[in-house]
Amino acid sequence: MIELFINGRGFFVKEGTTAAAAVLTCGTAQFRSSVTGEPRAPLCGMGICYECRLTIDGVQHARSCRIMATEGMRIETT
Amino acid sequence: MRAVIIGAGIVGAACAYELQREGFQVTVCDPGVIGGGATAAGMGHLAVMDDSPAQFALTSYSQALWRELAEELPPTAEILPCGSLWIAADAEEMAEVHRKFAYYSERGIPVEVLDSQQLAEAEPHLRPGMAGGLLMSADGVCYPPCAAEWLLRSVSVIRARVVRLAEGEVTLDRGSRLEADVIIVANGTAAVDLFPDLPLAPRKGHLLITDRYPGWLRHQLIELGYLKSAHSTTADSVAFNAQPRATGQILIGSSRQFGAVNGEIDPPMLARMLQRAFEYMPGLAQLASIRTWTGFRAATPDKLPVIGHAPGYSTVYLATGHEGLGISTSLATAKLLADQLMNRESRIPREPYLPGRSYSHD
Repeated sequence: MIELFINGRGFFVKEGTTAAAAVLTCGTAQFRSSVTGEPRAPLCGMGICYECRLTIDGVQHARSCRIMATEGMRIETT
Repeated sequence: MRAVIIGAGIVGAACAYELQREGFQVTVCDPGVIGGGATAAGMGHLAVMDDSPAQFALTSYSQALWRELAEELPPTAEILPCGSLWIAADAEEMAEVHRKFAYYSERGIPVEVLDSQQLAEAEPHLRPGMAGGLLMSADGVCYPPCAAEWLLRSVSVIRARVVRLAEGEVTLDRGSRLEADVIIVANGTAAVDLFPDLPLAPRKGHLLITDRYPGWLRHQLIELGYLKSAHSTTADSVAFNAQPRATGQILIGSSRQFGAVNGEIDPPMLARMLQRAFEYMPGLAQLASIRTWTGFRAATPDKLPVIGHAPGYSTVYLATGHEGLGISTSLATAKLLADQLMNRESRIPREPYLPGRSYSHD
């Protein structure tokens, strides 16, 4: 198991989990807000739709479905 | 009085707006969408420049006109009064900052010299150790296609190419003809199709826009080396130019190429342009790009636009050759043309831009 932080709260997930899957399994469905304020969450799961963007380790607009969870990763939803 | 304007870019749109206010019945012809040519590939600077006294006169006059118009423009025109920061990388470029400061100060343009520390505070993502910069706080940026669309909002626009020009008459590609008391050729590089002798050369440029990173960049940034590369009228060149957009996106330029035959992305040139940008702002490399595109500026040998009566005609006027300053200078271009049409004095001398000039450059 690895420990990561979602909006500052610590969670444990299995190794081999994507950042997107980690956020979903830890109970958050709203990944970000669209330009017009609508809630957004992963759709394609393969890096095409850009709906799963999160701020990961300080990098904005990271496509979380294409990034594996790592020990100590800090994820922010917006 | 009827006017036909060839070209629905920012220059044609500004001319249409101005002539409509003078009481003309205006029709604009363009084979493409409004603002879809060089206008869509312009960064949208509303800048004052001092490459020559004539360039300063036109850009400063036009910036004042943009400032007035900004009150009326809709939010889609994305007017952002962000100011321009000219970046000096070394002592030689810092000397240029001081020269420019003196030049602009004497002429009433608000400018400020920033030292190395102040520059770093103004733009924290710049590479540390820059010599300083020149802040031109009255400069801004806009989204040019939507500004053009607004200028044309109550003008008749026909989606057709003008294939032939005669005194008081244009022929469209669909075969029909339009009569007019005044015809204005404002279609950028395509003006050579109607005026083969015009000294216009297409100068290709690349642009890249990022995703939204509000607050990441605060001013339009331009390297002072830009002057050296933009000055060259022959060699291909790149220079660092980045702008914050009202959306939080960052627009990155610039490249200049003569002799490019098509509008496709040229990967080595795009790479060179981005490498230059990363030298100035290494953090840009971590941002997500969403689109790259190109366009063709209409370049003249003396780097001044062609504005005024077309030689050999009594009803035809030219408004082209604006190179990389077409957005900035569009409104003043329209004023100069309208003044010439109405036989009035202009706010600035019109001679430097007249089509029949010598086009020599130092």
